[in-house]
Amino acid sequence: MMLSRTADHLYWMSRYLERAENLARLLDVSFSLALLPQSKNGARSEISAPLVITEMLEEYNRKHDELTPEKLLDFVALDRSNPASIVSCIRQARENAHAVRGKITAEMWENINATWIEAREYAAKGIDNVGAFFDWVKERSHLFRGVTYGTILRGDAYSFIRLGTFIERADNTARLLDVKAHLLQSDEAASASDYYAWSALLKALSAYEAYLEIYRDAVTARQVTEMLILSPRLPRSLRACLEAICKILAQLEGDNGRLAQRDAAALLAELKFASVDEILDEGLHDYLAECLIDINGLGDRIYQAYLKAA
Amino acid sequence: MHRIEPPAASIYDEMLASDLAVRPHYDEFLRWLNQQSAETLSQRRQEAELLFHRVGITFAVYGDDNDAERLIPFDTIPRILPADEWQRLEAGLRQRVAALNAFLHDIYHDGHILKAGLIPAEQVLANAQYQTAMRGVNLPHGIYSHISGVDVIRHNDGDCYVLEDNLRVPSGVSYMLENRKMMMRLFPELFARHAVAPVEHYPSLLLDTLRHATFADNPTVVVLTPGHYNSAYFEHAFLAQQMGVELVEGRDLFVRNDRVFMRTTAGHKQVDVIYRRVDDNFLDPLAFRSDSSLGVPGLLAAYRAGNVILANAIGTGVADDKSIYPYVPDMVRFYLDEEPLLKNVPTWQCRKPADLSHVLANLDDLVVKEVHGAGGYGMLIGPKASRAEIAEFRCRIIADPANYIAQPTLALSTCPTFVEEGIAPRHIDLRPFVLAGKEVKIVPGGLARVALQRGSLVVNSSQGGGTKDAWVLEA
Repeated sequence: MMLSRTADHLYWMSRYLERAENLARLLDVSFSLALLPQSKNGARSEISAPLVITEMLEEYNRKHDELTPEKLLDFVALDRSNPASIVSCIRQARENAHAVRGKITAEMWENINATWIEAREYAAKGIDNVGAFFDWVKERSHLFRGVTYGTILRGDAYSFIRLGTFIERADNTARLLDVKAHLLQSDEAASASDYYAWSALLKALSAYEAYLEIYRDAVTARQVTEMLILSPRLPRSLRACLEAICKILAQLEGDNGRLAQRDAAALLAELKFASVDEILDEGLHDYLAECLIDINGLGDRIYQAYLKAA
Repeated sequence: MHRIEPPAASIYDEMLASDLAVRPHYDEFLRWLNQQSAETLSQRRQEAELLFHRVGITFAVYGDDNDAERLIPFDTIPRILPADEWQRLEAGLRQRVAALNAFLHDIYHDGHILKAGLIPAEQVLANAQYQTAMRGVNLPHGIYSHISGVDVIRHNDGDCYVLEDNLRVPSGVSYMLENRKMMMRLFPELFARHAVAPVEHYPSLLLDTLRHATFADNPTVVVLTPGHYNSAYFEHAFLAQQMGVELVEGRDLFVRNDRVFMRTTAGHKQVDVIYRRVDDNFLDPLAFRSDSSLGVPGLLAAYRAGNVILANAIGTGVADDKSIYPYVPDMVRFYLDEEPLLKNVPTWQCRKPADLSHVLANLDDLVVKEVHGAGGYGMLIGPKASRAEIAEFRCRIIADPANYIAQPTLALSTCPTFVEEGIAPRHIDLRPFVLAGKEVKIVPGGLARVALQRGSLVVNSSQGGGTKDAWVLEA
């Protein structure tokens, strides 16, 4: 049992941090793809992909009149006036932690506060090594998760923190996969650049090693899709996220959560019994769009059941 | 050997006597200090700053930009009090807080002290801090001020004087605790060489005090904060965590059938004791300021019905008001039939014609304060003010004499402090925290504040003051 508002802050603290991490992953994959030799148009679509899938394109166009990698990096990573940038996400994660600092361990607080202090310095000074910056974001997120895992009491606080992580991660994995969905629609035979694109996606999701272990095969769109959506063993797959969510919801005290549990279970059942061929027949992009709506709906149920203060 | 700038001749220094001999209770500390290289000391000071930033022990300057959070400067030379001196101070504090609680009970019930003519009734009853809603309300054990922060200074006669009794929502105790933690982290060897009385158990004493403030069995205690943009938010969160109770905001609570509940993930839960860090006027929009979103509608009704306890009680401000301050020694005599152990600073009340003419004739030497002012604002320090400032204050006093009191300019004692030029004397005070529950408890020491500007007498953190660890040496 805990204050609804406290649960809300804990949930958003971890959602924002997970979002910052996934934004870094997303930029990482886009930047490495943009380095591949290809047509000029292709490069531009790689670069704009992060804006499209995070729904920041309109805001970007309001501020900038041309799309360059430098401006995009600044806007998505560092721009403090862009509420969806990595630095803004870290700021909001830290703000939420600040509001409940008594409910997290001192080490968790010091960790996330230090992350914010360093993020502020990045925002002030700029990024000179893109790769090192992405690694830094991921590392800070890993560290916070590690400190959380290693120090916090197992109870509702821990549950809401993890709930935020998995809801956000499910959403982000679906969006990241969507970056590549359009490649499938262009009915071409697997070209070398496709191969690199899917490999880059796997690497951005830290899933390359897992892929090799599961499939022991060259990287193909079908298998990547299958793993990222349906694998119960890959910690960033949609199915793994939903399994975690169902387990956490079942542990929460009180009986407010019936509807949230029902929706989560339905979503999980769908993933459990789906096949990748069905998904590809339906069209990956459409399938993922559906998933995003469902995940969003589940988030709303959780809000209604536990987090609403008034 | 580090050079320590000698204190001014007319000032009492906590470390150095007038012949510059080291006072015995600083002997060991100074021996240690002289074994440390300047580099080591400066390194430790930087370490302290870094740690405070990381831990986020900042106080927010109002506004929502995080960059505005800053540190209260921390000085690594402690204020040290010998055991016997602390015992005298402690006895005086217990006596004073007991009298103030008796006074609050009295003025919200029969008003014996007013009938006896010791304090003019209109000064109490017409005081802006007097809450008529509290008349006839019976509180468990008659305690109004559960937590008091009494500001004590030492004058150049070597005696301690009470400058202010803070009975509303006194803050600063978290700095006392964090300063001690920091000193132990930076200089563990110092604590091996001194028997410093511990303060770390304050949160558990506070929780005991709050639990005893109600007759309810196994009460649910919460800390009520205005929210994380409040300048003292760190302290609210810190105390809630240390006590293991919920930190709530007004919107987390609601009142039904004159009972207070909080909204939780598992439904509603009744609250029995609220350690509120929200001022009276913002507690209940139905009873006080209707524009307040920090409070809980209906809270006053629940409180008056006896279904929830507020700590401190509503309406304690009338007893720490500067216009009532001059009467505290009389309260001690009246309620306890004892002679006051702690001195009051002599105070002229400008509402009295004779006092007023004395004040106006001596503005150059006096400190003039607004009766409802706090935090070092709205005051004139005669010896440090310009002619123009004095002239302006003179007009303000004449326009509204009852709004002002005046006191002699006290020579606050100094304590050697690290400043840019090296180690130099700076003026300090001490705020011990007095907990009134089943019994009165005080952790040894308190928050030592220091005015970092040379010659400045204003120790408030909002005006550039810093803090020190305060040590009471065990006998």
